Amino acid sequence: MITALRALVRKDIQLFLVDRRALLMSFVVPITIASFFGYVFGGHGDQSDASRIPVLVVDQDRSAISREVVNRLSSEKSLEVKPAGAEEAREAVRKGSATAAVVIPQNFGEDAGAAFFGPRSKPEIGVLYDPSHTAERAMVQGMLQGDVMQAVSQEMFSGATGRQLVKDSLAEIERSRGLKPDTKKTLTDLLGSVERLNEQQDATGTTSDGALGGGLKMPFTTREEAVTASTNIQYNGYAHAFAGMVVQFVLFLGIDVGIGLLQQRQRGLWKRFRAAPLSRAVLLGSRALSAAILAFLVVLVNFLFARVVFGVRVEGSMAGFLAVSAAFSLMTAGFGMLVATLGKTPDATRGLSILATLLAVMLGGAWIPMFLFPEWLQKASLIVPTSWAMNGLEAMTWRGLGLSAAWAPVLVLAGFAVAFGLIALARFRWEGEV
Amino acid sequence: MLEAYGLRKAYGSVVAVDNVSIRADAGQILGLLGPNGAGKTTTVSMIAGLMRPDSGSVKIEGRPIVADTDVTKRRIGLVPQDLALFDELPARDNLLLFAALYGLAGAAANRAIAEALKLVGLADRARDRVRTYSGGMKRRLNLAAALLHDPQILLLDEPTVGVDPQSRNAIFDNLEALKQKGKTLVYTTHYMEEAERLCDRIIIIDHGKVAADDTLEGLYRLLPVSNLLVIELENGAGGLPVEELRAVTGVRSAELNGGTVRVGVHNLAADTPPVLQWLVDRGHPYRHVVSERADLETVFLTLTGRSLRDA
Repeated sequence: MITALRALVRKDIQLFLVDRRALLMSFVVPITIASFFGYVFGGHGDQSDASRIPVLVVDQDRSAISREVVNRLSSEKSLEVKPAGAEEAREAVRKGSATAAVVIPQNFGEDAGAAFFGPRSKPEIGVLYDPSHTAERAMVQGMLQGDVMQAVSQEMFSGATGRQLVKDSLAEIERSRGLKPDTKKTLTDLLGSVERLNEQQDATGTTSDGALGGGLKMPFTTREEAVTASTNIQYNGYAHAFAGMVVQFVLFLGIDVGIGLLQQRQRGLWKRFRAAPLSRAVLLGSRALSAAILAFLVVLVNFLFARVVFGVRVEGSMAGFLAVSAAFSLMTAGFGMLVATLGKTPDATRGLSILATLLAVMLGGAWIPMFLFPEWLQKASLIVPTSWAMNGLEAMTWRGLGLSAAWAPVLVLAGFAVAFGLIALARFRWEGEV
Repeated sequence: MLEAYGLRKAYGSVVAVDNVSIRADAGQILGLLGPNGAGKTTTVSMIAGLMRPDSGSVKIEGRPIVADTDVTKRRIGLVPQDLALFDELPARDNLLLFAALYGLAGAAANRAIAEALKLVGLADRARDRVRTYSGGMKRRLNLAAALLHDPQILLLDEPTVGVDPQSRNAIFDNLEALKQKGKTLVYTTHYMEEAERLCDRIIIIDHGKVAADDTLEGLYRLLPVSNLLVIELENGAGGLPVEELRAVTGVRSAELNGGTVRVGVHNLAADTPPVLQWLVDRGHPYRHVVSERADLETVFLTLTGRSLRDA
């Protein structure tokens, strides 16, 4: 029995290795797609080569304040700022070549300064945006608010425009008859202090960077930290991409295993196997065993490539990673056996199986991360084994969790393997087509 | 020896095999002759243990097959109708696998493979992938795969389908050699010429039932005539008294067909001269005479009312 089992498994592996299409679908295709997705969705965690948001700036004012706003926007790391005309900017956003455009209107500097200290109406900065990039629009708006506030306040407390505006505002307050005396005195004192500060700076020939001369500043900075396996380890987008593509294409391998069984039946090989003094356990078990071995091999080779080329590491438990991979491989073997019982002909079975696989892969978060799903869908996705495989592989790679985090995926995947295997055994047609 | 009694198999309301009994002895080739769909393959599948009969029993060397792993199955070699081979692998790797199914490995497997390949004349192509083989070579390899474990009984299900005459003759030579070794061969076919050439006994199956079971000579005896004289007349058949011709000694049948008369006789040598003399005496000289031997096609037609080729 062992001789036969070994020969049957060896035959399946041999057939896999001489099948160029199988090799292509198990190694070249998943590696290519995962590399592409990994690059597009973040690549390495340092984000050094992450693409910046293309933003056009239309400066119709050309004042000191508007130039400062443009300078500050240009120094934002996340933005790629270019100057443009109004029509050019609108066209670029419409075509999608720019994500957003900021339009600074004429007299913006003067109006903003006046509105800064006085009751004048606020000028309006136009933000044109691509409706397919709403998240980026919010980012641009946030940065714009901070930069405008700093540029305007800086000019008000140290620039020529600001000084003139302070003088004008003092004269306006003096002339005003609507203001209460107390209010008039308070505003005169405030602006008078600003005027004296400016005169002191002129006398000493310095700007007081440490005081209001630098304008209002953001009262905080942020420190960003990606929470991964441990400090000094950054998120690697390739880890997710490779997990997803490995899950998908290993399941395709499972389909091939099932289809292969049906083809063996069609080609009379199954009769030859059944004519030999072999148990059904050996006949089906050998196929399941070879499928599991091949699936495990595909997982390892793909992740080895990701390790060597993209630096994807098993930051968590290596034993856990191997256990999750093995459980997923067994589940794939069970799935393959199930596929062999779905339909009568290989062609009909293949279509149905691919549909089921793609649904499972999509729900399992192999294409897009599950956290983007609605909450109810995240919970619902737990019914498909692919979500457990994804969670398990990610937990052991970039999340860097320990062996204990592998048990749940391993047990669930093993459960699916047993369930699929039992259903296949119950449905398998041992006779027929003779 | 192979014995099967009262085999029956139905698929729903369709009865594929109905009360078929078979006996084949060592050193004998038993033919199962019948049109496609007659139930030959189902019968072979039940004998090989691939499916359970609804009723009836099979004994191989006096023992039934009671389980998938029954060692009795080692006594059987099955040559499926399909080319049950892995095209992508070399012939030798195919045979190594099929040998392993019967527990053969190492030197024993190598020896068995060498012998089987030698028998079917493919020893020099052992390391070539099967997909590079011709159709006839694949058929021969299909046969070799069933011989590796040296079975006593060989079940051959239409083993020459789609092969050229040369390869067919090669396979026949192989089967004759196996018969000489004392093997029991069960050979299913819908080619009457193959059954006539190879088989010691022939079972004619139609619609799942045994229509006849005898030697070739025995089957011919079932016919009203063994030989047919086709006589072309010099001056046409006008005015020939057919009823008088039927009364001539040895004549079993007589029919006019245009300018020829077709006369059925049993003993060609003894019965032909009186017929020809009778024609000359009655003023109907003959121009040309051909004799046709009755064949299995005639037997099948006689037994079932249908032509084997048209069935």
